[in-house]
Amino acid sequence: MSTLEIRDLHVSVEADNGPVQILHGVNLTVSSGETHAIMGPNGSGKSTLAYALSGHPKYTVTSGTVTLDGEDLLDMSVDERARVGLFLAMQYPVEVPGVSVSNFLRTAKTAIDGEAPKLRTWVKDVKQAMADLRIDPEFAERDLNTGFSGGEKKRHEILQLELLQPKFAVLDETDSGLDIDALRIVSDGVNRFSANGDKGVLLITHYTRILRYIKPDHVHVFVGGKIAEEGGAELAEKLEEKGYVDYVGASA
Amino acid sequence: MSTATDTPAQHGLAAHSHGAGTEPDGRTKGALDRFASFDVEAHPVPRGREEDWRFTPMNRLRGLHDDAPLDGSDYTVQVDADPRVTAASIGADDTRKGTSTYVPVDRPSARAWASAEKIFAVDIPRDEVIEQPVVIRLTGTSAERGAAAHLVVTAGRHSKSVVVIEYDGSSSFVENVEVVAEDGAELTVVAVQDWADDAVHLAHHHVHVGRDATVKHAVITFGGDLVRTGTTLNYAGPGGSATLLGLYYVDAGQHIENRLVVDHNTPNATSDVEYKGALQGKKAHAVWIGDVLIRKEALGINTYELNRNLVLTDGARADSVPNLEIETGEIEGAGHASATGRFDDEQLFYLQARGIPADIARKLVVRGFFASLINRIGVPEITERLMTTVERELAVVEAMTADDGA
Ligand SMILES: Nc1ncnc2c1ncn2[C@@H]1O[C@H](COP(=O)(O)OP(=O)(O)O)[C@@H](O)[C@H]1O
Ligand SMILES: [Mg+2]
Repeated sequence: MSTLEIRDLHVSVEADNGPVQILHGVNLTVSSGETHAIMGPNGSGKSTLAYALSGHPKYTVTSGTVTLDGEDLLDMSVDERARVGLFLAMQYPVEVPGVSVSNFLRTAKTAIDGEAPKLRTWVKDVKQAMADLRIDPEFAERDLNTGFSGGEKKRHEILQLELLQPKFAVLDETDSGLDIDALRIVSDGVNRFSANGDKGVLLITHYTRILRYIKPDHVHVFVGGKIAEEGGAELAEKLEEKGYVDYVGASA
Repeated sequence: MSTATDTPAQHGLAAHSHGAGTEPDGRTKGALDRFASFDVEAHPVPRGREEDWRFTPMNRLRGLHDDAPLDGSDYTVQVDADPRVTAASIGADDTRKGTSTYVPVDRPSARAWASAEKIFAVDIPRDEVIEQPVVIRLTGTSAERGAAAHLVVTAGRHSKSVVVIEYDGSSSFVENVEVVAEDGAELTVVAVQDWADDAVHLAHHHVHVGRDATVKHAVITFGGDLVRTGTTLNYAGPGGSATLLGLYYVDAGQHIENRLVVDHNTPNATSDVEYKGALQGKKAHAVWIGDVLIRKEALGINTYELNRNLVLTDGARADSVPNLEIETGEIEGAGHASATGRFDDEQLFYLQARGIPADIARKLVVRGFFASLINRIGVPEITERLMTTVERELAVVEAMTADDGA
């Protein structure tokens, strides 16, 4: 049983003309076995939250704390955070020419586990995970994310999620830009990941449609850099009908 | 990398007159349709404004391009070769000198041509298949006095062989390397310039590809303060196939320059050029100029040239200029590309976000960048060592970023 705890998180981003405050006091606790949906309009700061949790150098935590099982995440480097069990599926995965998918996956697995995976089972696991996500096996030898379509990139993020088995997954708009088949394939992957009840999922999304496939235990409405309302799955239904107007209007 | 831009081939049809002969001012034209002469004084001292010298820091040439003496001999040569191969010093008046059709294209090359007291000749007998690479190791022992050298590698008809020339130590070295592949020969020549930090090396390689011969030529540059390598290539007959490969790793303050001219002067030949370089540190400067000249008689040829640079830190600079001059419409294929990319913070973040520490992330990217090229060189005896050297260079950038973080 693990807990990711975000307390009064304030974050600024380095913009061209100096730092801009984006997050204004985010409070959120995710425990293993739980799926939290964070929903909000564009520009509300959802990706900023995701990047700040992972430690992206452009985002500065100006106050607040983030702990994973009591350990201070903010004190760790990006790779240390990943090794203690935090995973970020990025809204825009980065292309890394020259590094093949298979080499990347093996290197990441070795770094996370602290030892190289057993070759035989690893090859089998990768094949299986790729088949589950309907990824053509030839992608293993392609350069990481290079020239992949938007949907292919998202599926590769979930491939990594399934192979690296972190404690907590932050999925930043993994559903955006996916057609309905791809959405189902990706959702199935996330559900496989959390099926045993020992994983925490922070599902960031702009739309409600992914919530037909991934059932959240908690829904948080994110507006203007903080959580404006919280509730259960029923809150998502309300958003489906009314959109964000109520919140945006209130904060404007 | 993510910022890389592929420039689509711009087939600049340069109006161009050529033909061997005498220029109005009495200077002769060489095999490469560019000014060339054995006469040192016919080559004016370059000042740095000339097209061919505009990227070169002239003040670091130690006068080697001007009139600094080239009578030094502070180097040793070691040879490791199959007994069927002859590799020995011969007199400068030997007829093997000049068999590549090369005529010096610049002043340092002309000076080395005139100054080298001996020639080192490597001869692969015809029809022999020599599995073991011939290794010539040249070690400089002092950079104080300029030294001139001349190497002629001749691969006999239908022979098959690999010649590796390794350079290390300190030197102020000006040399000409002639590579002659006779008809049907299959020859790989690899120059590994792994000089000490104070070396200056001005090299000119000319490759002469025989009828139906296959030549692979590679220039690998790691060390040295300033290394400028000209590589020119032409064909002795139709059907030749040439692969020109290059790898360079430029550190802070280093200047590594490669200038290539492929002269398609026969029909049905191919040329394939691929140079890749990584740069790191302040004032690391790489220059790559790749010219391909396709003459009227070069019907049905196929050529491609590619230069890629990977910039690992701020403050490094790569200049890359590919150029095609086409005089005939009847070619099978001609193209080129040049791209300079950065290993940027976003890529580093992505890899780190998967648990991979920064140093390993860099290794992953740089190894990946060079691996395919090193495999293309295809000499297993040196593959592992090249990778190790790449990683040694990488350790420098690690130390640098560690300093920055402190
Ligand atoms: N790297 C950045 N540079 C400048 N501004 C940024 C950067 N990242 C985010 N912002 C700004 O912060 C705000 C929130 O952005 P973001 O976190 O991407 O929102 P969301 O993911 O909810 O759409 C926006 O106004 C955006 O312009
Ligand atoms: Mg976003």
